[in-house]
Amino acid sequence: MKIRLDHVVKTFQTFRAVKDVSLEIESGELVALLGPSGSGKTTILRMVAGLEFADGGHIYFGDQDATDIPVRDRGVGFVFQHYALFPHMTVAQNIAFGMEVSKTKRDKAAIHARVAELLRLVRLEGLGERFPAQISGGQRQRVALARALAVDPKVLLLDEPFGALDANVRRELRRWLREIHSELGITTLFVTHDQEEALDLADRVVILKDGHIVQQGTPEEVCREPKSAFVMKFLGDANMLSAEVRDGRAYADGAVIEVSGIADGKAELYARPVDLDWAVGGPGVAASISRVMDRPGGRRVIATTGSGVPLELDLEPERAVKAGDAGYVTLRRATVFAV
Amino acid sequence: MSFKKTVRTLPRVGDGPVFRRALIGIVLTLGALLILAPLLIIGVEAFSKGWQVYRDTILHPDTRHAIMLTVLAALIAVPVNTAFGVAAAWAITKFDFRGKGFLLVVIEIPFSVSPIVAGVAYLFVYGLQGLFGPTLDAYGIKILFAIPGIILASMFVTAPFVARELIPLMQAQGRDLEEAAASLGASGWRTFFSVTLPNIKWALLYGVILCNARVMGEFGAVSVVSGNIRGQTNTLPLHIELLYHDYQAAGAFASASILAVIAVFTIIAKVALERQGAGRVRPVANPAENAS
Repeated sequence: MKIRLDHVVKTFQTFRAVKDVSLEIESGELVALLGPSGSGKTTILRMVAGLEFADGGHIYFGDQDATDIPVRDRGVGFVFQHYALFPHMTVAQNIAFGMEVSKTKRDKAAIHARVAELLRLVRLEGLGERFPAQISGGQRQRVALARALAVDPKVLLLDEPFGALDANVRRELRRWLREIHSELGITTLFVTHDQEEALDLADRVVILKDGHIVQQGTPEEVCREPKSAFVMKFLGDANMLSAEVRDGRAYADGAVIEVSGIADGKAELYARPVDLDWAVGGPGVAASISRVMDRPGGRRVIATTGSGVPLELDLEPERAVKAGDAGYVTLRRATVFAV
Repeated sequence: MSFKKTVRTLPRVGDGPVFRRALIGIVLTLGALLILAPLLIIGVEAFSKGWQVYRDTILHPDTRHAIMLTVLAALIAVPVNTAFGVAAAWAITKFDFRGKGFLLVVIEIPFSVSPIVAGVAYLFVYGLQGLFGPTLDAYGIKILFAIPGIILASMFVTAPFVARELIPLMQAQGRDLEEAAASLGASGWRTFFSVTLPNIKWALLYGVILCNARVMGEFGAVSVVSGNIRGQTNTLPLHIELLYHDYQAAGAFASASILAVIAVFTIIAKVALERQGAGRVRPVANPAENAS
């Protein structure tokens, strides 16, 4: 089902958590709300769920105005960060809960069959009789998802679904959620503060800051064409150099790069560690290496420029560099924003 | 050797055997003198004139009436305060509203104020010279020096017990479970009975037992409002005092033994419930942290 937010506003006491957010989520789309804490992403998700009510604006499910429909009638599946499984019920009872309280009556056999089907879907066959305290964190989150899916929700909403899990489990669950999404084709909206998670999982990423949408697009669009320094910095490691734009070129500490569409004057030049390279001779930013950190995929070098700015660059594993070397940081590519 | 020496040079406070024995000895002696001895005296004195006198005292119509009245007060005050406690704890922990802090303070008042003050306050509100006294009197409704006054005073004194047990627990549990139930389509009642209640049941029972013990044992507030009419408005604690002042020591102790027996059962029930995890905050809602 298509979801549309139209100029939605939410204020807590005096704090404006969500300021005039408009957003469309197509039917069957998997969308990530990405932002730092306090950016309003969870509040937006909770308003879509009906756990929070908007002070202004409207939320549409398809053509229906759902703004004032309470959560129990809204037909959403909500997955909480800390699972919120009912601790006194078994896994199977947790999954069956939504069907048992539903207005559409199902007989015991139908509920039982559906629970078995969902346990298969989330790959927890045989764990139906366990209690939540007896299974691992990753398993709990899968039970929470099965429970949310049991009532055939129109949309699936996930609040930092993998936030409480360790890195390996998180990566596995991410892949698995993607598979389930393509299998069921349910409109899904999830909240995360982890850029990697958003970029890996979502069809479209909505980046929020201070209650506003600052940019939205496919992972490719937001990565390749960040519209602001905030998005650039938030999506991954970025080095910043003060620059001066003259006649379609940006000059920063001896490095020069072609730019387009930026007026002459002061600017900020951003480059990811992989956008930078190291050379013994110029032209480039004169610097000396202060530290080399070896990683499985390559070498992360911290080079300090003459004006004392530390730059991080990623070099191939076989490059022979060491702390104390002097040379030049060169630019492969960079993004320039006028100040 | 040298390691042992360094350990010896740093004894913890009170680590010496003399100190330890002295401390344990003092505590045991004081405990025996202050708590155990009086309880034993009750038992001994109750039967000092023999089993027959004990039986007669217990079966005396005035004693029986006092027991009935105490039970009646408990039968009304405990359920009312349980309902009040659950409602107050639910409101305070699951909703945000103006005056929440004020409500928390109000709930605590009966704990901090002397029960006799509560009794006197009731006297001023419902007494003949009091606020509503003349109006109530005009309609022939008798609250003071009658059973309604006793029940009201008991309810006032024991109002915080259930709420106090539930609030910290429900605060620790948060709202996630209720929100999850609501998102799955459960109604408010269904959520309460299927999700909230099972997770607070031990704490609730614990609060109910403490509340009941206090209602049955309450003396101060009740003594002001009851009027001490033998066989009419005397609860068990008041009856004990009356017998004692009548120089019927054996009778007083016999009646007191009933309250003591109730107290012992209360303690047994309390310990049993504490084994179930009641009476202390336990994040039941989120066993994730301690299990994984």
